[in-house]
Amino acid sequence: MKQSRYVLRRVWAALLTTYVAVTFNFLLLRLMPGDPTSRLARVPNGTEETRRALVRQFGLDQPLWRQYLDYLRELGHGNLGISYTNQQPVTSQLLEALRTTVPMVTLGTVTAIVLGLVFGVVAAWWRGHAVEKSSTFVSMFFYALPTQWLGLMLILVFSVMLGWLPSAGMHDPGLMAARDIGVPVSSTAVLRDTATHMLLPSMTLALVLFGEYTLVVRSALLETFGEDFVLTARAKGLRPRVVLIRHALRNALLPVVTLVALSIGFIAGGSILVETVFSWPGIGLLSYDAIQARDYPMIQGAFLVITISVVFCNLVADLLYARLDPRITT
Amino acid sequence: MSTPPLALAPETSLPRSWSLRRLLRQNVSAMIGLVVLLLIVLAAVAAPLLAPTPLYQRVGEGFASPSGAHPLGLDDGGQDIRTLLLYSTRTTLLVGFGATAIAVGIGALVGVVAGYAGGRTDGWLMRLTDFFLVVPEVPLMMIIAAVWGTGLTKLIVVIGLILWTWTARVIRSQTKSLRERVYVRRARALGASPGHVVTRHVLPQLAPLLVVCGVLAFAVAVFDETALSFLGLGDPNRPSLGRMIALASQAGAVSNNAWWAILYPGLVVTAIILSLTMMGTALEDALNPRLRVSHLSRQHFRVLPGRRGLPGAAR
Repeated sequence: MKQSRYVLRRVWAALLTTYVAVTFNFLLLRLMPGDPTSRLARVPNGTEETRRALVRQFGLDQPLWRQYLDYLRELGHGNLGISYTNQQPVTSQLLEALRTTVPMVTLGTVTAIVLGLVFGVVAAWWRGHAVEKSSTFVSMFFYALPTQWLGLMLILVFSVMLGWLPSAGMHDPGLMAARDIGVPVSSTAVLRDTATHMLLPSMTLALVLFGEYTLVVRSALLETFGEDFVLTARAKGLRPRVVLIRHALRNALLPVVTLVALSIGFIAGGSILVETVFSWPGIGLLSYDAIQARDYPMIQGAFLVITISVVFCNLVADLLYARLDPRITT
Repeated sequence: MSTPPLALAPETSLPRSWSLRRLLRQNVSAMIGLVVLLLIVLAAVAAPLLAPTPLYQRVGEGFASPSGAHPLGLDDGGQDIRTLLLYSTRTTLLVGFGATAIAVGIGALVGVVAGYAGGRTDGWLMRLTDFFLVVPEVPLMMIIAAVWGTGLTKLIVVIGLILWTWTARVIRSQTKSLRERVYVRRARALGASPGHVVTRHVLPQLAPLLVVCGVLAFAVAVFDETALSFLGLGDPNRPSLGRMIALASQAGAVSNNAWWAILYPGLVVTAIILSLTMMGTALEDALNPRLRVSHLSRQHFRVLPGRRGLPGAAR
């Protein structure tokens, strides 16, 4: 009963956040200092007539509330506007790009969680030992690395110096060209090609994320080690390893779920940096290109799509948390 | 890096005998962090004295490799990397410091007001905080900076306006607990105004916690500077560590195998963030009362030694 109220509150909060983000997105262009027409219509030397025509076309002569309602209505139809750079609808480009981003980001995040669990458990288990100190230091070091810099260094080492892995893109251009002119290319070859391209960006994301996860798993475990039920389990004569895995770790996983949820926003930001470095054609690279071209509809659309995905993932994590821990009612 | 890597629990409480100086003396890793950070700050402040060549002076071929005269090599414009590093560190630290001041200021204000006032004010302020906590920070900064324009002050304000949430949450829960302490209740019963109670009784108690929040926010601010600069949203008129990485990669440092143009600025950023994190983690361990007892560990601690002053921090 209490749990269903929790679920409702979470869903309501997620909807509210989405609504605020949508409104923020609308107000940003209109309330920032400067004339919105100069941003919405990039015609630096346009005549007064052109400007007026654009004002009418974008509905900027309407009162603000009218513009807002129009904006919401268009958004409801999934219309985020037209890109300045290629005159194509923003929505379809963003959704297309999201499909390339998700597998890369998922691989990176899952790897980070696995690494974080292993390193965190080892660090907590060997508390006070050199093993803990080195494990903690390694995690802090990777936490401190700027994402884009780590990516560039990995390219330098693995692509330029060693030549093991491709440095950019999603497919080998030669392979794609061969397929386009009709040379039979098996789908496994394409898949393997994509996987090799995905390896470096995913691992960059995993390496910058796992340090944070390790530190949190460690402190969550150390906190559980002080709990009475751990003492009871030891007193019953259970082997330490059993206590660790069955009693301590299961409880320590709860804060980890929260942390992973909170870091989804960071992953979204990290994917922009990673995709830019590796030219991975996802939503991050699209945002980067849009910033360079000051393609405002695309920038705003990317912000909305990323924010809504993050809010959604957070909601899923919150609900998962309630499933894992029935005590949660607020 | 949206959140500091710590589970600094909202219920974190300060031990009675808490002293920053004692903590630093006893915790080697916090001490190393402080020393490294101070060295970097000193080098940045003294940049004009230490720089081997004037800023913006071409001293050789673009991407010339490290040599006797220029041990760290040259960038794509033929400038000595050492000079650029010194001046860039200045900008990056300035951005980090400014953004941290804004973030801790707003965070403390929101946290104290929410925690002290409680009720509906608390509810709305926390809803606002949750919004900023959920919305991904790099995309949010990206969109604001893209619309608002670039520049040093704008960069500082944008980062500061987004970093305060975590401070606000920690300060709020600490204020809530301070508010109910006996001496605070007594002061209120004697008719002290909220302003008096907050400035005389609550804020002094919050000071150490604000230091922790500041240390951790600083690390995130430095990270954000490099991220925004990499996206082309930094101050175009100043060298910064983030812009050094960005410009080197745009100028083709990777394909020219000019690793030195990318390696060194990144190392300085890492050193700054790492030293701040080392200090922050040590502080967290010291502040977290739940880490003092352990019933399970390879080393079998019963109670961690408390006689050396700070239970959790002494290893």
